[in-house]
Amino acid sequence: MFEVLENEILAPELHKLTVKAPRVALARKAGQFVIVRADVGDERIPLTIGDADVASGTISLFIQAVGASTRKLVKIPVGGFIRDVAGPLGQPTHIEKWERVVCIGGGVGTAVLYPLVKALAQAGNKITTIIGARSASFVILEKELTALSQDLQITTDDGSRGLKGQVTRVLAELMTNPESSPSAVFAVGPGPMMKAVAELTRAKKIPTIVSLNPIMIDGTGMCGGCRVDVGGEVKFACVDGPEFDGHLVDFDLLRDRLATYRDQERKALDRCSSDKCKIGS
Amino acid sequence: MIKKLSTKERMALQRTKMPELDPQIRSRNFEEVNQGLNEESAIQEAQRCLRCKNRACVGGCPVQMSIPEFIGELAEGNLVQAAKILRHDSALPAVCGRVCPQEVQCESKCIRGVKSLPVAIGYLERFVADWALKNREKVREEISPTKTGKKVVIVGCGPAGLTAAGELSRRGHEVTIFEALHDTGGVLRYGIPEFRLPKEIIDIEVAGLVEVGVKIECNVVVGKTLTLDQLREEFDAIFIANGAGLPQMLNIPGENLKGVLSANEFLTRVNLMGAGRNENVATPIIKGHHVAVIGAGNTAMDCVRTARRLGAERAMIIYRRTEAEMPARKEEIHHAKDEGIEFVFLTSPLKIIGNNENWAQFLRCQKMELGEVDSSGRRRPQAIPKAIEDIPVDVVINALGTRANPLLTSTAPELKLNKFGNVEINPETGETSLPGVFAGGDIVRGGATVILAMGDGKKTAESIHNYLRQK
Ligand code: FES
Repeated sequence: MFEVLENEILAPELHKLTVKAPRVALARKAGQFVIVRADVGDERIPLTIGDADVASGTISLFIQAVGASTRKLVKIPVGGFIRDVAGPLGQPTHIEKWERVVCIGGGVGTAVLYPLVKALAQAGNKITTIIGARSASFVILEKELTALSQDLQITTDDGSRGLKGQVTRVLAELMTNPESSPSAVFAVGPGPMMKAVAELTRAKKIPTIVSLNPIMIDGTGMCGGCRVDVGGEVKFACVDGPEFDGHLVDFDLLRDRLATYRDQERKALDRCSSDKCKIGS
Repeated sequence: MIKKLSTKERMALQRTKMPELDPQIRSRNFEEVNQGLNEESAIQEAQRCLRCKNRACVGGCPVQMSIPEFIGELAEGNLVQAAKILRHDSALPAVCGRVCPQEVQCESKCIRGVKSLPVAIGYLERFVADWALKNREKVREEISPTKTGKKVVIVGCGPAGLTAAGELSRRGHEVTIFEALHDTGGVLRYGIPEFRLPKEIIDIEVAGLVEVGVKIECNVVVGKTLTLDQLREEFDAIFIANGAGLPQMLNIPGENLKGVLSANEFLTRVNLMGAGRNENVATPIIKGHHVAVIGAGNTAMDCVRTARRLGAERAMIIYRRTEAEMPARKEEIHHAKDEGIEFVFLTSPLKIIGNNENWAQFLRCQKMELGEVDSSGRRRPQAIPKAIEDIPVDVVINALGTRANPLLTSTAPELKLNKFGNVEINPETGETSLPGVFAGGDIVRGGATVILAMGDGKKTAESIHNYLRQK
């Protein structure tokens, strides 16, 4: 049992949970994740470790309430418990000192990006961060990321904050100027966004690292459910990733496989919304 | 009082049949197929044992259970004594009695098998073990061992780990088990379906270990949450028994289509997570109408029978050889046939063809025929030119087997591995290249059986005990 010490709402449907998990806090490095299960009967779902505090033995998890299981997680009150937290899993981010790095977060991916930016900044990189969101109220971690970045830009789909449009607009512009063109790009967000970023940087051969979010169960390399195609090779995202070379990832396959259980997930959500949710009870 | 029988009378007794659930009904639910013997038929079966001097059956048992002795007690109706013998020899008798391939182990050595059928040792073991689970008060050992003050950690809560835990705590050592998943049992829970091994059995056996002081901590992924080095600092000895969970891929086109999954994924969803069992379970599963399972071992049988229970109209085994070469237990094959499983032999998958939404739609196969005998002593299947068949499917399950999972070993470079990534051990002691670090079960053997893992657990516990005494 892992106690929830804080439960903060960052944006609509997006919560930050601070959870007591001393061993994970101690072992974890940027880019790693945990598998959590809210309660008996619930799904095992992967969540990136947003941050950790070794002294207090806590980790923070950013959770977007999109499905039945994540909705249940964000409802856990302070003082309540998450039944299972296993990790840290996956490979840590490969951090090196590049000259200029552009870090791009889309939606809840911004939360996944945050620990990478932190680690990159600690390694002495000059960082431009781009946050992409649906609208102004979905922009998260702006203050934290501003503190770590030389420059921070925001794009929103509806133009309610920053530039109207896609994150790639900003990236393309940075790339036109040799002074600002990055030596590496990190992109975390929805598949189509990461794909668009990778397409943009491909011609200039700018190393582009993406963090993938396939369906997982065990998170330990046991089931192969999380498999992705990277450069024509099958990789298990939970043990070989979750970060890969964006120029080699088959994003179409990723999107396709993510849709495997869409029907079941919709039904589960309907059951939950109909207020008779028994999932996990 | 049970009547003493003459040898002639014993010889005249026929082998008892295991009562089974009706195949029509059971192929739609997850209830245990084998219902277990009642006391009367168990005692009668026990009386078939001739108590022969050479105890060949014991030699056939990977954990050297005192078979004639427990059967002797049972034949006289001394259930408490019989149960105590079992409990002493095996940490998980109710599990062995269900999942061991007795027909190629103890029972294959039974003298009664020469002229008729061997004593049903497995059925009897299960009967006594089940009785003991229901009568724990009567069987409980009152003597608690003197504490040695030595701490042992076991990595993995599967059959090898649980067995070793029982043996070591009985010898007075303080035992902690770290399990990566959220529940105990390892492959017993995520791999073996309930219709062969009800989860309740695992729960009770595990509770028994906890009762004698074994500490079990789930959600600890050794290699990630804690490193081997950290464990070496904190504990006096380590037993690595984390299994061989890394699915072998098919490596054919179409493997990444939706509806194509590994046996491990399929079984974990259903067995560990409870998917498809009732509406309130959150983990989803695709319930296929036409399910093809590739492989012919026990895991393949577990998958195909599970798929049938989830509602498949056609649940098929696809195998490139014939029934005679199937590595699965005879009993499983027989049960599967009764349940309406189809066996498609001499058929080798070439490719999975998807529909326009990338769901598996056809399994394209090459038809085979048997040719010359190969190095394994079996006739080698060879392709029949131009004989290609497209089998309609919506789910394809790959049950080709597993390899060593590098999760732990990759974080402990000092640990010596063989070329397959399995941990190398001294075969006498089970000790690895690191002093005080032992290993057993599938991480050493690759994919083997539950009972061999238990045998490793038992034997290695003995050497860990010796190691600790000398330390
Ligand atoms: S989640 Fe099972 S192998 Fe990655």
